[in-house]
Amino acid sequence: MSDTKKFVLGVFDDEDVLLKAVGKVRGAGVKIDEVYSPFPVHGLDEELGYKRSRLPIAAFMFGALGTTLALVMQIWMLGVDWPMIIGGKDYVSLPDFVPVTFELTVLLAAFGMVGTFLVSSDLKPWKDPKMLDLRITDDKHVMAIDLGRNSAMEAKSINSLLQESGAVEVNDKDVDE
Amino acid sequence: MQVTSSVRKPLITGGKTVHDVTEDICRQVEGKPSKLWLMAFGISVVTLLIGFVAVAATLWEGIGMWGLNKTVGWAWDITNFVWWVGIGHAGTLISAILLLFRQKWRMSINRAAEAMTIFAVICAAQFPILHMGRPWLGAYWALPLPNTFGSLWVNFNSPLLWDVFAISTYFSVSLVFWYIGLVPDFATIRDRATGIRRKIYGALSLGWDGAAKTWGRFESVSLILAGLATPLVLSVHTIVSFDFATSVIPGWHTTIFPPYFVAGAIFSGFAMVLTLMIVTRAVFKLQDYITIEHIEMMNIVIIVTGSIVGIAYITEFFIAWYSGVPAEQYAFYNRMQGPYWWAYWSMMTCNVISPQLFWFKKIRTSIAATFILSIIVNIGMWFERFVIIVTSLHRDYLPSSWAMFYPTMYDVGVYVFTFGLFFSAFFLFAKFFPVINMAEVKSIIKSSSEKTAS
Repeated sequence: MSDTKKFVLGVFDDEDVLLKAVGKVRGAGVKIDEVYSPFPVHGLDEELGYKRSRLPIAAFMFGALGTTLALVMQIWMLGVDWPMIIGGKDYVSLPDFVPVTFELTVLLAAFGMVGTFLVSSDLKPWKDPKMLDLRITDDKHVMAIDLGRNSAMEAKSINSLLQESGAVEVNDKDVDE
Repeated sequence: MQVTSSVRKPLITGGKTVHDVTEDICRQVEGKPSKLWLMAFGISVVTLLIGFVAVAATLWEGIGMWGLNKTVGWAWDITNFVWWVGIGHAGTLISAILLLFRQKWRMSINRAAEAMTIFAVICAAQFPILHMGRPWLGAYWALPLPNTFGSLWVNFNSPLLWDVFAISTYFSVSLVFWYIGLVPDFATIRDRATGIRRKIYGALSLGWDGAAKTWGRFESVSLILAGLATPLVLSVHTIVSFDFATSVIPGWHTTIFPPYFVAGAIFSGFAMVLTLMIVTRAVFKLQDYITIEHIEMMNIVIIVTGSIVGIAYITEFFIAWYSGVPAEQYAFYNRMQGPYWWAYWSMMTCNVISPQLFWFKKIRTSIAATFILSIIVNIGMWFERFVIIVTSLHRDYLPSSWAMFYPTMYDVGVYVFTFGLFFSAFFLFAKFFPVINMAEVKSIIKSSSEKTAS
């Protein structure tokens, strides 16, 4: 029960040509499935109309959780569970709790954000990414257009549109889901 | 479009294309190990094993095997600890702080510098762990774990405990930062490989496919990790300096310690990056990626941080005299004129005078001179920690308990062990991982090649 998707792949070898091509192809009303690149291309997500990542918010929330946990832990352990006078200071001596609180804030913010990133981008060791073109991780940018989602346009006109916008190759690819 | 000043030279030379970057870096990973690599790795492993004898003896017999005595209770162990942690700082500075400042020259050295950070912190951790005497019980002393004494919790007022949190957070955040950066490069190796190698690098690459959406998230993760790592790296050596600065030992309890230690850490770290990079670029033929320009930039960082360290030494002296506290004044007089004068003057020569040679363009663009000076700087920074620690401890308030410290072969052996560990790990990294961040370097190839053409 395999469901085959038909893709048209526009292969680009220059990031500036690619950026202009994305605008042109989208301007012609073609829906782009995704663009794959060997390195981050600045401005590509805006051209594709992607929203800004919300990962900074995740990092802040995890950081705030770290701050809270660290303060609760230290105040409870030294202030409530086993109060002790150390160096003539108060049981709960907040300036002394700053370093550990800071470290745990950073630790949770970093791990929480990276964990969120891995989950949201579905990155995991046992995943087979089914690369559309093996040169994506080498030196080619690939614009993938799903013909199923662009039924209104003819495959032929998409091909010529890609060539006009500077693709060095236009290939067809069937992917089994 | 990126705008770069026309005064700047191209960062990557040799007219490389994006595909050349893949070829040049993957060649090291895919080829058979060279004779030179096998020899270097072999020597490192032998060093590791020889040093391990001392580690085993320390674990078996206890830390009485070291040269410590009642007066000098901290010596080589903590000197080596601070030295290794300091070396680690350059990796984070290069990958995080230079990223925030948009310094693109960091791109060809950040991968190896971060690897150096991770291995250096592992080496540093050996010393406090071994100094516990019975490290298998150490988790109860260092971490807030429930125990059968009440629970009696750890002391959150103690800088030694802050250190535990600082170093472990630093290590784990650096490791994550480094690994996330490696993922796209592992995918490059995966897509060129077959068989078992494809399986291994496939798992390491976490199924990376280069989608624009993922790249966007990747970029924002890198930026925030850099933003988190920047105050983190400053906090780590600050807290290490608190181990001394919050005590009442003359020569230790000074408020200048945090900035002075951080500058010293970056100073020694950059020296170690230079030592490693000069060897790596020669062995792996990466002269087009790590250019003289890169070496010069790092040497400039060395001049700046070395001068800060020099000013800190002078300030310490002035304040000791100006404080009017006899114990403090004696501590500094004793550093210069006491039985450890040779350590003090080695430190002064290596750290204050030698980096000033980099003001000459001929010297800072010469590979041989840079290599020698980078090693001298690290010798100097080792002596700095030795001077601060041992000369302050060996003669404090009570002259009847003044003593000298003499290292035993076990002190030396444990230090040798960490060298073996560091270099074995670094050589394994250099062979099996991409030593240069391919994805980042590819993103600056276009602007570089345009410059070369025009």
